[in-house]
Amino acid sequence: MTGALDAVIQGILLGGLYALFAAGLSLIFGVMRLVNLAHGDLIVLAAFIILVLAGKLGLDPFMAVLVAAPILFAIGFALQHVLLNRTLGRDLLPPLLVTFGLSIIIQNGLLQLFSADSERLRSGAIETASIALGGGIAIGVVPLLTLLSAVAVIVILNLIFYRTALGRAFRATSDDLEVAQLMGIDHNRIFATAMGLAFVVIAIAALYLGLRSNFDPTIGPARLLYAFEAVIVGGLGSFWGTLAGGIVLGLAQTIGARIDPEWQILSGHLVFLIVLAIRPRGLFPRALD
Amino acid sequence: MALLETRHLKAFYGDFQALYGIDTALEAGETIAIIGANGAGKSTFLKAIAGLVRRPADSVLFDRLPIGARSAADIVKLGIALVPEGRRLFPSLDVEENLLVGAHGRKLAGPWTLDRVYSLFPILKERRSQAAPTLSGGQQQMAAIGRALMSNPRVLLCDEISLGLAPIVIADIYAALPQIKAEGTSVVLVEQDIAQAMKVSDRVYCFQEGRLSLSGRPRELTREQIHDAYFGT
Repeated sequence: MTGALDAVIQGILLGGLYALFAAGLSLIFGVMRLVNLAHGDLIVLAAFIILVLAGKLGLDPFMAVLVAAPILFAIGFALQHVLLNRTLGRDLLPPLLVTFGLSIIIQNGLLQLFSADSERLRSGAIETASIALGGGIAIGVVPLLTLLSAVAVIVILNLIFYRTALGRAFRATSDDLEVAQLMGIDHNRIFATAMGLAFVVIAIAALYLGLRSNFDPTIGPARLLYAFEAVIVGGLGSFWGTLAGGIVLGLAQTIGARIDPEWQILSGHLVFLIVLAIRPRGLFPRALD
Repeated sequence: MALLETRHLKAFYGDFQALYGIDTALEAGETIAIIGANGAGKSTFLKAIAGLVRRPADSVLFDRLPIGARSAADIVKLGIALVPEGRRLFPSLDVEENLLVGAHGRKLAGPWTLDRVYSLFPILKERRSQAAPTLSGGQQQMAAIGRALMSNPRVLLCDEISLGLAPIVIADIYAALPQIKAEGTSVVLVEQDIAQAMKVSDRVYCFQEGRLSLSGRPRELTREQIHDAYFGT
């Protein structure tokens, strides 16, 4: 019984990480219907940026991410403004091809700069600290912080989307690009701002990716897959759905691993397929198309 | 000098030419109506002014400024707002958000605030927190007009605001027009309902297959002239 309860708790905590991977993907898909195939590699790139900043400035990763976030916002804004906005239109293929190319460029660029060695963000005692819940169950401080950060990110994104003029412009542009322009909304700028915001979320995801496990330049595509599955399971266009999707995925993997360690990854994919078969629009769909 | 002028305005959708040299002028404080059969180019004319279709840079003048090369987002900031055909409210925004987003690019001070729009269309205040798609057609049209007014436009372009609405609802919507004009806004109406267009406008332009076929003051035009200009007989 304790084992099952522990699996559920650890699964929910792992879900926080997947929700962080997925939140940025969900945000940009929600605003501009862009499927960013480089999302996982961008998380890895952000982890390397945090690693370099922490090393050069002698900062703890939690401080380094505060320095990295505005830099990543600027990179995301520029990437969208200069490159990705040109690919958006009626045809879905150009953004897929360009972000796929971007994924390859990032992976190879990182391999050149950092080699294929595994890296890790170091934050001292907090990495191994845990809180005992009694009954032989303990939760790690970093996994707990991951989940709390995921919830905070979702709450803040919801506040931005539903309580600010910027969020109103995001939703209006997503609803009807042509009429949004009639409201004086510069959609190129709105898309670039959304991408900048997604990059800030990517920075937070990268922090926990690097604290919880080793990373190297080639692990991006697998992070993209988890993020993608969490978004689809949760339902397109809903941030709370994305959090739920991440948790469903985390639970499936952790419970699968308890049944047989080899089943961990497979269980996540199976649950994704089952949700896709039963509810193709996800558990909490919001987008109408 | 006209407030808004089109000079030999041509408009294109890709390679397809929809307008062939349209000359019109709107004086400050005036209401003009554009009439014509389906496919005559009326909506394209409004979209060309509003910046949604490609047109030559010097073919649209606003306050003597050529605006043909400006983007739609720039044009609304200059003071020209379009109420698009079919209302096209933002479905994921509630009524009040739809109105507020209309003020997103507002650069101009003016009379139109949320309260002023609510006093023009009181029903919108009652429905302020409802999702836009739950409104009736007439209420949606009011919201679409209110949304355009929120940018404090000097020129309001209205595309088929009576389309698909019951006569009593159309009367309600047109009853707001004098108040809009009283705030100093000039109006360009595209209207299928010729009688309605003749009643409220100072001048009428009739389009036929992308060309101007007739223009004049409503009381100076005969039924036959309009019939010929409309159907091309």
